[in-house]
Amino acid sequence: MPDQPGSRLASGPGRILVFGYGVFAVAATGRSLVQLGLHADRAPLAYSLSLVAAVVYLVATTCLLLGGPRAWLIAVAACFVELVGVLAVGTLSYVVTDWFPDKTVWSHFGQGYGYFPLVLPFLGLWWLGNNASTRGR
Amino acid sequence: MNVWLLAAVLGLAGVAMVLIVVLLIRNETAGDPTFVLLAVIELVLLVQAVVGVVALSSTSRNVSGVLFVSYLVGALCALPIGALWSLAERSRAGTGVLLVATFTVVALELRLDSIWAGAGA
Repeated sequence: MPDQPGSRLASGPGRILVFGYGVFAVAATGRSLVQLGLHADRAPLAYSLSLVAAVVYLVATTCLLLGGPRAWLIAVAACFVELVGVLAVGTLSYVVTDWFPDKTVWSHFGQGYGYFPLVLPFLGLWWLGNNASTRGR
Repeated sequence: MNVWLLAAVLGLAGVAMVLIVVLLIRNETAGDPTFVLLAVIELVLLVQAVVGVVALSSTSRNVSGVLFVSYLVGALCALPIGALWSLAERSRAGTGVLLVATFTVVALELRLDSIWAGAGA
């Protein structure tokens, strides 16, 4: 659709999703940078994972904004990484508490963020699935 | 941390969110009343940012300065970006963006309050 400005992935419900992902991209980037900058030695693993989360959110936001088949595919991958990340870190933060002396975006399934980090990948995959036929074109 | 400014932001944001939910249910796009209300919230946030930085520089309590200021600035950014992003698409989804943006401000404000009380990153 050449007459449509911007990416189809970033319009309609996708518009809300892009904003949500954008908020988490900024939040996770800011948090990991502050944590690594002020006291990286306190919980290196937790802070590194915070930074990974930040990168994943940035990638997802960018891909939704760009649109197109390649961005669609990368966005799907990013959402899966996100889902695995929040489930793995969420579980580990309850089971191996020693590894997570400080909180991150994904610890305790995103408890500190109203569990949105747990919901977001599902919403993302649902939206990308809705656009599977056109692959975000 | 000025409790009155915090209460004003939370109260006005609450009203805005109810208003926006009504718009969403009626499937109407946001008009001037909504944007005026959001502008008023933004104004209070601006006052809060100035008052907050002054309070931070004069407090003797242990508050993480970097964190506190970044949240003050973050709260300032949410509504203008949300409004622009929303206006680019005058649809139900566009109105939904305003709801998320307002909710973001509420979340940032609550966190700001706990950072002032001494919470870390």
